[in-house]
Amino acid sequence: MLVIFDYKAGNQTSVHRAFEHLGIPNEITNDPAKLDKASGIIFPGVGAAGQAMDELQSEGLDDVIRELISKRKPVLGICVGCQILLDYSEENDTKALEVIPGECRLFNPSWVDYENITIRVPHMGWNQVELVQKCELFDGIDPDADFYFVHSYYPAPTEKYVIGTTRYGIDFCSVHGRQGLWAVQFHPEKSGRPGLQLLKNFYTYCQEAADAQ
Amino acid sequence: MLSKRVIPCLDVRNGRLTKGIKFKDNVDIGDPVETARRYYEDGADEIVFYDITASHEARGIFLDVVEKVASQIFIPFSVGGGINTIDDMRDVLVAGAEKVSVNSGAVKNPDIISEGAARFGSQCIVLGMDVKRVKKSEDIPSGFEIVIHGGRKHMGMDAIEWAKTGEALGAGEICLNSIDADGTKNGYDLELTRLVAESVTIPVIASGGAGSPQHMVDAVTTGRATAALIASIVHYGEYTISDLKKYMANAGVQTRSVW
Repeated sequence: MLVIFDYKAGNQTSVHRAFEHLGIPNEITNDPAKLDKASGIIFPGVGAAGQAMDELQSEGLDDVIRELISKRKPVLGICVGCQILLDYSEENDTKALEVIPGECRLFNPSWVDYENITIRVPHMGWNQVELVQKCELFDGIDPDADFYFVHSYYPAPTEKYVIGTTRYGIDFCSVHGRQGLWAVQFHPEKSGRPGLQLLKNFYTYCQEAADAQ
Repeated sequence: MLSKRVIPCLDVRNGRLTKGIKFKDNVDIGDPVETARRYYEDGADEIVFYDITASHEARGIFLDVVEKVASQIFIPFSVGGGINTIDDMRDVLVAGAEKVSVNSGAVKNPDIISEGAARFGSQCIVLGMDVKRVKKSEDIPSGFEIVIHGGRKHMGMDAIEWAKTGEALGAGEICLNSIDADGTKNGYDLELTRLVAESVTIPVIASGGAGSPQHMVDAVTTGRATAALIASIVHYGEYTISDLKKYMANAGVQTRSVW
């Protein structure tokens, strides 16, 4: 059973629908007993980093997610959930969860992309991920696959945590973390088949990790 | 590298897919959920739904369509038509849409853009603009005017100014529809598209007039749009979405090729 961490993040229902489609048991909750029993946690998020942290802190859920991570519970952060695992976000000048060293920065619309055209902000649409470290989340996914992004701030963790990068004016980090604690800037739940495969791969990892214990 | 998006647009009336020319003579052309699913399978990058039902009662039927779509397709989709309040926005987002498109509702009450952006995030607020060519004047210096009610009502607002205002208020994207080109299949209004695209930094979707894959290439190159909205060229089986994307890729446009 996977748990989608409930802190009123906008996309939790979309993530739930994707798992339902895959036939993977899942529940949206922040019940400590259920979180503890889950084989893995999805940490979703859309909107602003400041608001997301406020929601977490107002209910003490920031400590809950930190503790799950420190206990090595497998976690997959998505979009804002990916960003606030870092120390800090420029968005709303937000002190974040400080689980992964690094910060989140604003895209600069004067950056030039291909064809000498400046980038538009937000970065919205389909883009590719180039892996710089092997990552089992991408098992069986075509390296040319695109994923759906929509964000104005991008994660910039310290180098050791960079797993994949995406080109948009600069090569920014679109996948970060370590084994069992992954964060993706794109929305796998909205990235067609490759995204669904990634969610399935996360589930497979969680089940194997739970079985091994 | 960011791909240019191909976005089929589905007009929904009383729970059925419909297509009219210049907002008139609507005819039933199928089931919206089934059609959305087919386009998803065929490589659509996103889907737009417009509720063109006039009656309040049929709103529930439309929301039911949105919910069914959300459980069957796993790409983003936006919903527009009849969005006048924050509650209207919430209804379609809760039903499963990623984005909500405001058009005449925002013309009448621009604050709905900023309120929606504050509540749900800029990423899900699309400013839909219906634009008509007019004589250049002091009020309309660009010669492109904002219209509502399918072009029947002129608003005395310059389209370029309105695009900038919408961006400043917090819209995350603009869906730019040329009323003159809509339904003609003679190509997008490239001059309008480029003018708007160059006056804002948020993404712009070109809409109205697609009749061939070359038109779509033109929209994202000459027109500087980041996406091309299409309707009749795929609804009647003239082209498939994957045909269109292949054509664009061959013309050197970055498109999503694996799905």
